[in-house]
Amino acid sequence: MKTNKTIPEHIWQFFCSARLAVYTLVLLALTSIIGTVVLQNGSEDDYIKFYGHGWANLIKTFNFDDMYHSWWFLGLIVILCINIVVCSIERLSTTWKIIFPKKITFNTDRFRRLKNLETFTLNKSLSELTLESETLLSKSVGPVIKEETEAGIVLYAEKGRWTRLGVYVVHTSLLLLFLGALIGSIFGFKANLNLDEGQTSDTASLLTTRNPVQLDFSIRCNEFEVRFYDTGAPEEFRSNLTLVQDGKDILTTDIRVNQPLRYKGINIFQSSYGSAPPDQVTLEIIAGQDNATMVRTIKIGEEIQLSDEKTQFKLEGFLPHFDFSGHDLGPTFIGRIFEADGKSFQIGLPLKFPTFDKMRKGHYAFVIKAAEQKHYTGLHITKDPGIWYVYAGFMLMIIGCWITFFMAHESYFIEIQTSGEKTSNLSISGTSNRNSQGLRLKIRKLCHTLKG
Amino acid sequence: MNSSFLLSTTTFIYALATIFYVGSFAFKKQILAKAGFVVLVIGFLDNSAGIILRWIESYQLGYGHAPFSNMYESLVFFSWTVAVLYIFVELKYKESIIGVFASPLIFLAIAYASFDPSISNKISPLIPALKSNWLIAHVITCFLGYAGFAVAFGFSIMYFVKPRNPEAESIFAKLPSWELIDELTYQMVVFGFLFLTIGIITGAVWANSAWGTYWSWDPKETWSLITWFVYAIFMHLRMMKGWSGKNLAWISIIGFIAVLFTYFGVNYLLSGLHSYA
Ligand code: HEM
Repeated sequence: MKTNKTIPEHIWQFFCSARLAVYTLVLLALTSIIGTVVLQNGSEDDYIKFYGHGWANLIKTFNFDDMYHSWWFLGLIVILCINIVVCSIERLSTTWKIIFPKKITFNTDRFRRLKNLETFTLNKSLSELTLESETLLSKSVGPVIKEETEAGIVLYAEKGRWTRLGVYVVHTSLLLLFLGALIGSIFGFKANLNLDEGQTSDTASLLTTRNPVQLDFSIRCNEFEVRFYDTGAPEEFRSNLTLVQDGKDILTTDIRVNQPLRYKGINIFQSSYGSAPPDQVTLEIIAGQDNATMVRTIKIGEEIQLSDEKTQFKLEGFLPHFDFSGHDLGPTFIGRIFEADGKSFQIGLPLKFPTFDKMRKGHYAFVIKAAEQKHYTGLHITKDPGIWYVYAGFMLMIIGCWITFFMAHESYFIEIQTSGEKTSNLSISGTSNRNSQGLRLKIRKLCHTLKG
Repeated sequence: MNSSFLLSTTTFIYALATIFYVGSFAFKKQILAKAGFVVLVIGFLDNSAGIILRWIESYQLGYGHAPFSNMYESLVFFSWTVAVLYIFVELKYKESIIGVFASPLIFLAIAYASFDPSISNKISPLIPALKSNWLIAHVITCFLGYAGFAVAFGFSIMYFVKPRNPEAESIFAKLPSWELIDELTYQMVVFGFLFLTIGIITGAVWANSAWGTYWSWDPKETWSLITWFVYAIFMHLRMMKGWSGKNLAWISIIGFIAVLFTYFGVNYLLSGLHSYA
């Protein structure tokens, strides 16, 4: 028969083939490898440095630098989805008729010819055996259909017709996963927010573009704590946070790695930490002439009068690294001394070497007594309204796989014929859409029970 | 007595079981396979005791975590899962000869853990991100999956050694029927696929609870997905005409190579979040 198909029919045909599914899966598997070998989301310079100009151009052209979000990779996923939808629609109409038939019928001849057919003779009458078999089948399989034939009685029972829907559940779960991921990427965000202890903020910065996102509430970090094992490896990070809305504290709680805070669809994760610059320092100031000392706590930006009433000292700032003749002295306060004659010069007060300034042998020496080293907490803030679709997809995927792999549509058939005065022949067989091994075992068990 | 002692004796017991199975195959002596099975079960009990003791020791050291956290522990657990699965298969299908294709895998994994000097068997503390019950579920299910694929791989080898001619005099002529090999391989793939699926899912849920992203395309994740694709391909091809036997066995072998790469290759060749294990 020769048919002239229209273009939509061709397209439909193309997408309803299971062969296309295999090709798409092969392509997905092969191309996924690229992203594990080629650096992802690096800067332009990285690519030129690692791969040279030619390769870097190729990588840019095909989006290999962010391949899992490239148009062609997403295209493969779209093809997979259309394939699943079309293929399922095409097949479901047939499967549906199998799963929900108007009337369950069976073909006696087919069962008689099955390879797993077992036949034996028992010393029981036809009616006795029929009753026994019927009870057995209805107990271990399901409702029994009984029919009389030329020479005796046939019984039929089945179970698990609905398990044929299992593959549809698996495939639907994939669609749900992609839908959830799509919703998440359109309506959700992922952002970072670093908060010094004591600081409050309601604006995080997006992971991808670094653009600010405004939250409906502010977050205050009350305290951050990190604990270490004896080995020096970190044991636990903990932040104590308060959520603030309209100037009121609404919630105070600890978060840890693996114990995020979830509030109104926003998730707040502990992701990193670091040291925040201190904003004040306590200094012992030693006057050169008479060794008179005074202790003062000074804030950054503050200026104080020294004991001779002519010299001033200003705490100008704090540097995480201070370079002194080519050596990095680490975190250091920067101060400036204004002398009576109007001259001024800068001094460094490294935290690691509190008495460093004595070496300068100036009129005054500044010794660090205490500087409160503060931490900041690194929060990861996300919103993902698609997550419930993804989780539903996960559940369906597992349930669907379970049904498909471990359950089956099984039918059993028993035929009983009178063979002598008080003896009957019994034949038993069965079919299954899968799990023929399990079916064989079950038939053997049924035989065993019937033989008594 | 400590867990290291138990686990090193396990290595030798598994070696012995392997020798028995191979011997039974080479000399066509059923009795040797029976002995192999008994030895394997003893090794398995020893292996279990070692894992439990290691768990207890971790609590005594004050770290208190399940023994699935580094390369050594995961290899020991891999041996354990393959052993469990194989013991189950032998009990269910009553075919002891196929032990030749599974016992070497059980032995090799734990031997590699014990003898490779770059793999430390020290019990070390967990970094905060790894302290999660999801992690335990993730590791156990992934390894059940890998075990299924490993046994499937072992069974696939049978397609290449069993002679086509049923009267052949080769020692391989005693292997199970083609039907049964087919069934066994498929059952193992299905088992592996279900658990790899659950493993990937629990991993995603864990990642989402630890840092708010259920999927980040890090190399280990991606490779486990590639492995998953390969076995999905296996199952679809099996339903298409013209795909069975040797052709399909090749897919199962490719799948197992993907498993090995997910497990070792990613750690040694690529970098990412999972480089701890
Ligand atoms: C990652 C993607 C996919 C996964 C994980 C998947 C999973 C599965 C599983 C587990 C089975 C049952 C296999 C068995 O019984 O041994 C199956 C069967 C099937 N799949 Fe897929 N599948 C995927 C994609 C697709 C796509 C895109 C199509 C599109 C046509 C498709 C079409 C089919 C068909 C027609 C069957 C046979 C159903 C039957 O037995 O009647 N699959 N799939």
